[in-house]
Formats: sequence, structure tokens, C-alpha cells
Amino acid sequence: MQTIPESKFFERETIEHTLNDPSQVIPLLQKVQEKEGYVPEKAIEEISEITGVSVSNIFSVITFYKQFRLRPPGKYMIRVCDGTACHVNDARTLLDILNDELKLEGTDTTEDGLFTVMPVACLGCCSLAPVIMINEDTHGKLTPQKLRKIIKEYQKKGKETN
Amino acid sequence: MYKVTVGMATCGISAGADKVYKSFETFLKDNKDITLATTGCMGMCYKEPLVEITDGKTVYLYGDVDEKKAQKIVESHLKNNTPVDEFIVLKDYKSGAEQQFNERQYKIVLRNCGLIDPDSIEEYEKRDGYKAIRKVLSSMTPDEVIDVVFKSGLRGRGGAGFLTGQKWKFAKSSVADQKYVICNADEGDPGAFMDRSVLEGDPHSVIEGMMICGYAIGASVGYIYCRAEYPLAVRRLKKAIRLLEEKGYLGDNLFGSNFSFRIKLKEGAGAFVCGEETALMQSIEGKRGTPRPRPPYPAVKGLWGKPTNINNVETFANVPWIILNGWEKFAAMGTEKSKGTKVFAIAGKAVRTGLVEVPMGITIRDVVFNVCGGIKDGKKFKAVQMGGPSGGCIPESLADTQIDYEQITKTGAIMGSGGLVVMDETTCMVEMARFFLNFTQLESCGKCTSCRIGTLRMLEILERIVEGKGKEDDIDRLVEMGEYIKKTSQCGLGQTAPNPVLTTIKYFRDEYEAHIREKRCPAHSCGALVKFSIIPEKCTGCMICARQCPANCISGEKKKPHVIDQSKCTRCGKCFTVCNFDAILKD
Ligand SMILES: Cc1cc2nc3c(=O)[nH]c(=O)nc-3n(C[C@H](O)[C@H](O)[C@H](O)COP(=O)(O)O)c2cc1C
Ligand code: FES
Repeated sequence: MQTIPESKFFERETIEHTLNDPSQVIPLLQKVQEKEGYVPEKAIEEISEITGVSVSNIFSVITFYKQFRLRPPGKYMIRVCDGTACHVNDARTLLDILNDELKLEGTDTTEDGLFTVMPVACLGCCSLAPVIMINEDTHGKLTPQKLRKIIKEYQKKGKETN
Repeated sequence: MYKVTVGMATCGISAGADKVYKSFETFLKDNKDITLATTGCMGMCYKEPLVEITDGKTVYLYGDVDEKKAQKIVESHLKNNTPVDEFIVLKDYKSGAEQQFNERQYKIVLRNCGLIDPDSIEEYEKRDGYKAIRKVLSSMTPDEVIDVVFKSGLRGRGGAGFLTGQKWKFAKSSVADQKYVICNADEGDPGAFMDRSVLEGDPHSVIEGMMICGYAIGASVGYIYCRAEYPLAVRRLKKAIRLLEEKGYLGDNLFGSNFSFRIKLKEGAGAFVCGEETALMQSIEGKRGTPRPRPPYPAVKGLWGKPTNINNVETFANVPWIILNGWEKFAAMGTEKSKGTKVFAIAGKAVRTGLVEVPMGITIRDVVFNVCGGIKDGKKFKAVQMGGPSGGCIPESLADTQIDYEQITKTGAIMGSGGLVVMDETTCMVEMARFFLNFTQLESCGKCTSCRIGTLRMLEILERIVEGKGKEDDIDRLVEMGEYIKKTSQCGLGQTAPNPVLTTIKYFRDEYEAHIREKRCPAHSCGALVKFSIIPEKCTGCMICARQCPANCISGEKKKPHVIDQSKCTRCGKCFTVCNFDAILKD
């Protein structure tokens, strides 16, 4: 019997269930990301050892799916919906405002590590368009004014708790 | 003896339903006579949060409820037996302000959505749940099941509209030691949420449909592949599966027969192409979701090389109803080749947006004007978009087209999975085409050249048109490339990606020409082609726009209205973005 590899990211039970099973690559990646906020390099090596899939193949899976990040996200993850319904309700302006307010120039995370902005396609509450989601909270029927106010609140909250 | 039910689907929660639920909980803490419950999507997303109150005789539906209104409802309705008329949107689902929304609907797929607690097997069973599978196991052979589904005329609701009975027949005739049933819950069309609502509101009807399919084709394992962006649906499914296993409704020898069935849940990881069946199976196997050529079809060689039947969420949800009510009743509804009903997620510029289920054969006009109440803010109806990035725009002039697979296809759009986005005169069709192509371009898996590079070239052309830099032969070039990509791509993504562009050129060529020749956007929407000006009444003279304008063309004194020098304006839109007072006019 194969010995269970040592792991920093996974519990023993998880490993036992996924040992040598290539179909578990995506679920394991999801598990790490849920815990760490991103997929650290070390985790890729561990998943490779557990599932028997090569590191390069795992890397190709990571880059294929939009869900996975290779860098740590900000404290607040802002998902800006740019699905059809939000798009016709001017989601673009929201994105411009966020880039402007948070001074994001070509990057997705603010310098202070407070916010990450990520455009996504449809959060599934199209009737409240335009919609953004900050961590687990959804904010709908947004206007530029409302959005600025929300951002200010989070900035305040973020600084207080830091 | 009142029962209070709060709609707690994603749309409800986003609108604040959880806060409303908590207020009711606090108000009713000491009141043992009143039961408080939750349910899934009631369809009227535009009136969320929704709260239903019944005294056992009459059902009152309250819309747009917030914490304040909740308090009033408790005081007046629950404590003093006086319903608060001004907040009521529907009474007994028969009368009330929003009655028109329900009138043309017929609910098969959504039969339980918004009526039962999705986490409760008992409530599902009270509404005939798990009766169809019992009937099938005790009195029908697999061939008889397939025959009923076939005769009902049910076609796949995932987009292509293949006859479900036929598909099951193929899967049954494949001989193998192991077969699989897959439920496609990837719902990739951005702007559609039918499958999410069904999974959140009535997961058991989908699971029962999968069981029946498993029995019919001879499969003992099912997979549900659910989109990662739907955390609530995933949670409800996990819970449903766990409860069913505990109750012995999933596992070995179900319902006293020798039929065994298990279900596993797989979460997607954010890739539109994984909705395509062969890519989806690659993804379940843990790989990149790259489609492969068919044949062999999944019914012959599917998941892990075994025969597999894959259907959409809505397709499965129809099945138990058909078994219990008979194929005749289903086939009596709709048109010659499109039977039953179709669920649509209505979004965009309609007065009422949300989830509707209408009989096939109803016209688009009927849906937009009667069910959805026409266009918001008195604007003019321009078009509907059906089928998302694989579909197309159907203009107002063709609004009398019936909802029917063949009729819709004739317009150049497709039935699709049920996303229906309503557009008014302020939506620019060229920009819409650019939007969809940008989406498919990013989502192309990159395997075939025509899809990977062709869509990028088309996108570049569209980008320059919306920026006012289009060239005279650009339209012809788009059509030529579009046709070429359709013919030479391997999977449905590439084969349909040009549709949004081709249909808008077909019906709105004049808008393309206005952008190219006159550098004008008829919908006043494309930033680079509109005029920005300052509304003096709204401008407070905060000077933020003047300071931020990269062209230095805004001037004015502090605390006095500013003006934009049109001769220097580069139409970058910065002032529009930074203004805190809605004082920049874009037209
Ligand atoms: C690019 C692409 C994306 C698709 N996305 C979905 C989807 O999100 N949901 C779905 O049910 N079918 C989707 N399909 C269709 C599936 O390949 C398949 O036809 C369908 O799941 C079959 O189920 P049905 O017969 O019940 O419609 C997609 C197809 C393509 C080409
Ligand atoms: S399009 Fe934004 S939530 Fe669906």
C-alpha cells in the first residue's frame, strides 16, 4: 500500500479519498482556494503527489478555468457582473468607477491589499441589474452614487479592522 | 393560524430577503400560532423580497418588502387580521396588481418553485414528489418509460432541442457494464438563471427526473455538474442528496425494487465551454474542458468512455410530470414540433423581470407586453436577445414569431436555454454584438484556429466600429468571416459565436452604417460617439471633473456650474465616471 503523503493543505481523510484519482484535481484545487484564497505553488506540488497528475498538467488545468487564482486576493473580493442584463444596464460604468476610485491601473488588486476587482459573467440575479458582489454580499440596482458610497464604507471598515 | 413564507432564492436574498426573514423571526418570536417558512424563487424577481401570507383560505403575496413594511404587515395583518392592501401584489394568485404576470403562464417545470421548502423531501412528496419514480419502478419497463418520454415530444431544453426520448433510446441500446446519467447545470449563458432557480427552488424534481432516466437507460450513477457561481444551488443539492441517502431514496434497491442509483455532485470552475457536453465530461474527469469531435456521441462513448446520457436541468424537471400526467397532456400543449412549456429568465428593459414559464407557441410580443408588462420608463421596444452568446437578436418587426424551436431558428436566433433579454431604443445593437463576441472570444478553448483567431479578428473590427473608426467594407468582412467561422469550427461554441453579429447585421444594418459612415450611435450609447455635456441644475461646482479631465476641456468657478468645451472634448467619458451628482449628460 502507498504511504499517505505529508500535507500542509489537506487533511488526511481528504487525501485518502483522493489518492491516485486524477478526477479529483479540480475539487482539490477548489478546496485549497477556498481556504487560502488562491492556489499556492506548494499546493500544486502536493496535489500532483496525491493524484499522480503531473505538475504541468495541473498548471494547465488552473490556467484553463477562470475560478483559479495564482496570487492572493485582496481582503474584499469585488465581483462586478458584466453579464447581458447588467451590461445593458450600464455595468461598464461601474467598472470604470471602481478602477478610478481604487486607482487600479492594469492590476486587479489595490496596493494596500484591501480590494480585488474581478469582472464576471452573470451572478444569477439579473433582475437586480447592475449587480456586484463583495465577498458573499450582493449589492443590486446600483447607481454610480450608491457604488461610491458602498466602496467608502468598505474602505472604512477595512482600515478599522486592519 | 397564519403561515408566513419568505422567498429565499439568490435573487430574494440579494434584494434583502434574509433581513426581512430575520425581522419576521424577531416579531414572531413569542407567537407559536404563526409558522415561518422559506421557499425558492417565486418568479417575480422584480418584486423581491416577496412574502406570502396565508390563513389557510386566502393567499396574500406581498412585494418589495423591507424591514419597515414587515413590521407593518405583522402589526396589521398578523395581529389585527387586516391585510395591508397597498403592499399586496397578488391575492390567491388570481387577482391583484400583478395578476397579468401570471395569467399566461403554465407551470410544469416550476410547479413547486416558490411553493415548497426546497430542503424538505416531505413537502416535495406532498406535491406528488417521488410518485413518478415509484410508478415507473413498479409498473413500467424501461422501454415503456422511453416510449412515454418520446411520445410526449419533450425536446432538450439546454439549447439544441434534440428529442429526449430519442436520446434515451440511443443510450439504452448501448451495451456496457456501466452507464452514466449527467445533469447539465452549467448554465453558461450570461443573463440567464432558469436552471439556478429550479435547483434552488425544487432540486428534487431534477433528481427524480435523473432517477427515471437512470432506470430507463440502465445507469446506476448520476452526476450533476453545477456552475461554481451558484453557491446556494450547490448547497441545496448537497443537502438534498444527503437527505435522500439517509432516507434510502438514493442507494441500492430503491423503493422496494432492484434498481440502484447514486448521485454525485461536481462543481464547475468557471468555463463557459464546459456547458458543451463533451467538454463537460472532460471537466468531470479532472481535465481541461476541451470539446472533442462527435461522433462518437456520449450515448456510445461518454464519461470515462462509457455510454452516457446528458440532459439539461429543465429537461429532467419535466420528466416526472410527464410520467404522472401522461404524454398526451404534455403533447397537447404547444406547436406541432415544440411541445410543453418553456421557462424563460427575463432580464433587461422590461417592466417585470424574473422567471416565467409559458406554453410553447406563445408569441414573443405576448411575452414582452402581456407577461412582462412592456418596456420600462415608457421607452420603445427594440428587440429581444435569445440564446445568449450562441443566439441572436429578434427585432420588434418579428415579435409575432412564436416560441417554437423551428420558428426561432428561422430568424437567425436560437431557442437557447431560456435567457431572454429585452432591449429598448437606448441599447446599441453594434455594442451588443461586440459584447457577446468579446464573451465567446474569451471563452474559446483555443483548440480550433477559426474560433480562436477568427473571433478575435471579428472582435477587433467591432471594437473599431463602436469607437467610430470603422471602415466601409467592415460589414461585409464581418459577414464573410462569420460564415466561415460557423462552417469550420469544431464545437457548438465556434459554430454559433458569430450569430449575435450576423443577426444584428441582418436586422440593424443601418445602425452599423451610422457608426461607420456618420460616426454616430443612433442609440446614444457608444461612449466614443456621444456628446457629453453638463446639466447646470445638477452641477454643484465641486470641480472634480475639471481636475480629472485628461483633455483639460472643462472649466468653471468653484461652486458654480461648469461647462465642457466641445471642440476639445475627446469623449473619454472620465467626467461621467467621476461625477458624484449625476450632472453629466450623455447623448
Ligand atoms: C458552448 C456550449 C455551451 C453550452 N452550455 C450549456 C449549458 O450551460 N447548459 C446546458 O444544459 N446545455 C449547454 N449546452 C448544450 C449541451 O452541449 C447539451 O446539448 C445539452 O446539455 C443536452 O441536454 P438537453 O438535450 O436536455 O438539452 C452547451 C453547448 C455548447 C456548444
Ligand atoms: S447579468 Fe448580471 S446578474 Fe445576470
